[in-house]
Amino acid sequence: MFFSKKKFRLASMIACGILASALFTGCGGGDSAGGGGGEKAAGDEIVIGANFELTGNHAQYGANANNGLKLAIKEVNDAGGVNGKKIKIVEADAKSEAAESVNAATKLISDDKVVALIGPAVTANVIAESQVATDNMVPIIAPAATNPDVTVENGEVKPFVFRSCFIDPQQSEVMAQFAAKDLNAKTAVLYLDSSSDYSKSLGKIFKEKFEAEGGQVLMEEAFLAKDQDFKAALTKLQTANADVIFVPAYYEEVGKIVKQARELGITSAILGTDGWDDSKVVDIAGKDALNNTYFCTHYFEGDEEVQGFINAYKAEYKNDPNVFAALGYDAGKMLVNAIERDGTDSEKIRANIESIKDLQVGTGKITMDAATHNPIKGIVVIETKDGTRELRAKIAPEG
Amino acid sequence: MDFMHQLVQQLINGVSLGSIYALIALGYTMIYGIIKLINFAHGDVYMVGAYIGFAAVTFGNISIFPALLISMALTACLGMLVEKIAYKPLRHAPRISLLITAIGVSFFLEYTSMYFVTPTPRTFPEVMPNISFNVGGFIINGQQLLILSITIVLMAILTYIVQKTKLGKAMRAASFDTETAQLMGVDSDKVISMTFCIGSALAAAAGVLVGVYYNTIDPLMGIMPGLKAFVAAVLGGIGILPGAVVGGIVLGVVEALVAGFLSSTFRDAAAFAILILVLLIKPSGLFGKNTNEKV
Repeated sequence: MFFSKKKFRLASMIACGILASALFTGCGGGDSAGGGGGEKAAGDEIVIGANFELTGNHAQYGANANNGLKLAIKEVNDAGGVNGKKIKIVEADAKSEAAESVNAATKLISDDKVVALIGPAVTANVIAESQVATDNMVPIIAPAATNPDVTVENGEVKPFVFRSCFIDPQQSEVMAQFAAKDLNAKTAVLYLDSSSDYSKSLGKIFKEKFEAEGGQVLMEEAFLAKDQDFKAALTKLQTANADVIFVPAYYEEVGKIVKQARELGITSAILGTDGWDDSKVVDIAGKDALNNTYFCTHYFEGDEEVQGFINAYKAEYKNDPNVFAALGYDAGKMLVNAIERDGTDSEKIRANIESIKDLQVGTGKITMDAATHNPIKGIVVIETKDGTRELRAKIAPEG
Repeated sequence: MDFMHQLVQQLINGVSLGSIYALIALGYTMIYGIIKLINFAHGDVYMVGAYIGFAAVTFGNISIFPALLISMALTACLGMLVEKIAYKPLRHAPRISLLITAIGVSFFLEYTSMYFVTPTPRTFPEVMPNISFNVGGFIINGQQLLILSITIVLMAILTYIVQKTKLGKAMRAASFDTETAQLMGVDSDKVISMTFCIGSALAAAAGVLVGVYYNTIDPLMGIMPGLKAFVAAVLGGIGILPGAVVGGIVLGVVEALVAGFLSSTFRDAAAFAILILVLLIKPSGLFGKNTNEKV
């Protein structure tokens, strides 16, 4: 025996302790304050909060957006900071849950005294957080939350909540028109992620717009995030024999769906939205499977004006940015621009985000729409051909 | 496509999905069979196995079968380690403590892995040709056939080990009554350790194969398949090896039929409804004998 009985009991107690702490991390409050490091905020640095999904189901989106934000802030700090002050990011983990997102935001606001919040990545977590931010009058910029309700409640714009991306109805509208006009599709089927508000709302609007264009939606099926096998539902969708399949979902599932659809012999065009925008889709689905697929997104990587961001990101993280990283970066640049113009008073930051006009960020030029707190920016439709992306259409910003 | 065609294609889809559940359920049921522990960490051991296989293929530049063996060996060690640290000290504790510890181990593995490998999903390079056969209009995937045959071969080997070898005899003795077995000269600790070794190696094999088939792995990939495999094991009669395979395939077929002919939204509900029905109607499962509980 290696251990005496006493030692063994001790070892087992330690092991239990570790396991118990692992077990309960899911339920804890907003974590301890980490020594209250934010109190010096008023001194030589400006403290901003990054509230992202660093763990849990959406961690891959949150972590990427967080990387984009960190890059934006690093660039600003390397160039001397804002009005002579360095910006410090305090990170908190929204743990991919609405309640945890609120906890993290509360902690950042009350313990770390942040002047503004960036994040989280996913719509539901931003909506949950927005009440705390509004109550405490701390501006939020949500990088990638495309649901209309993020910035608007009961028809009124939430004064402190902004975003750096377009909204879902625009995406569905663009894709419905693209299907009807560019692809001459008469019929469509929908395959939605029923665990995601994003996917469901996109599907609903696509149906409205596609039918308004004279098309017909024949069937609607659903899957859950993290599913691995889609063949049963795809076999059913195949029976409808529709011209296009609309799959507004995130890339991990999309890759598998496209791969398995092609394995089953489904050759119709498969359409999607910005959740598709990750180079991993090609790795997962395979080059051939992705032919005849189209999705809309925030920028086209071949565009002249996004090269600066892409190169900077590659230099910093040694891999290609995805759309979450780009939008996190944009959110950071927008916030810095607002602080630059009139300091860190939260009301002034709010007003200055609202009045952003023709600001050059990572993905292009944006102007904030003061009435909706949505940026006015273009949408691109991308076709994947033999594994490489080609720009299929570019829809200029409205208004 | 007419109804019959769709039905047959859905049965094929179901069997291929079910063979994955079956493969994971084998390890589940084996561990339960010997020490009556529902090892909720099994799905996460499966995930670790997939990552080791992935690392061997991508960074070690070796082909898939040696990678599979390396992954099985290392994951077997992990399984034994987990047993030593987390389960062995609780051997005489109430069973509920073991169950809760297993859940703890599960979270521990998930989030430790997430810390080290990051939550971004990884994609396996193409290590195995992915051929689909078109048999009279029905699509059958080559890799799925491979998974199904590996599952059946492993089931046969395991049944042989448990029924015919000395180790198997010791396992069955320990399963029947650990303390009496020990009095008869069976080294129960070693037997249980070996059980975890084999069970974890099976999980690793499943992890690598599934990783290759679906092409992605991520730190939380084990949760849902782990639960489904648990349902499969209960359905077939937990503790019974052929039961795990049949349970897995039945579960897969039910899921495919529900998704194909009712609604894909009910798919998981159907899977767990099966669990509840089995527990209500025949708790010992399809292959289980109704035995009197020993006191």
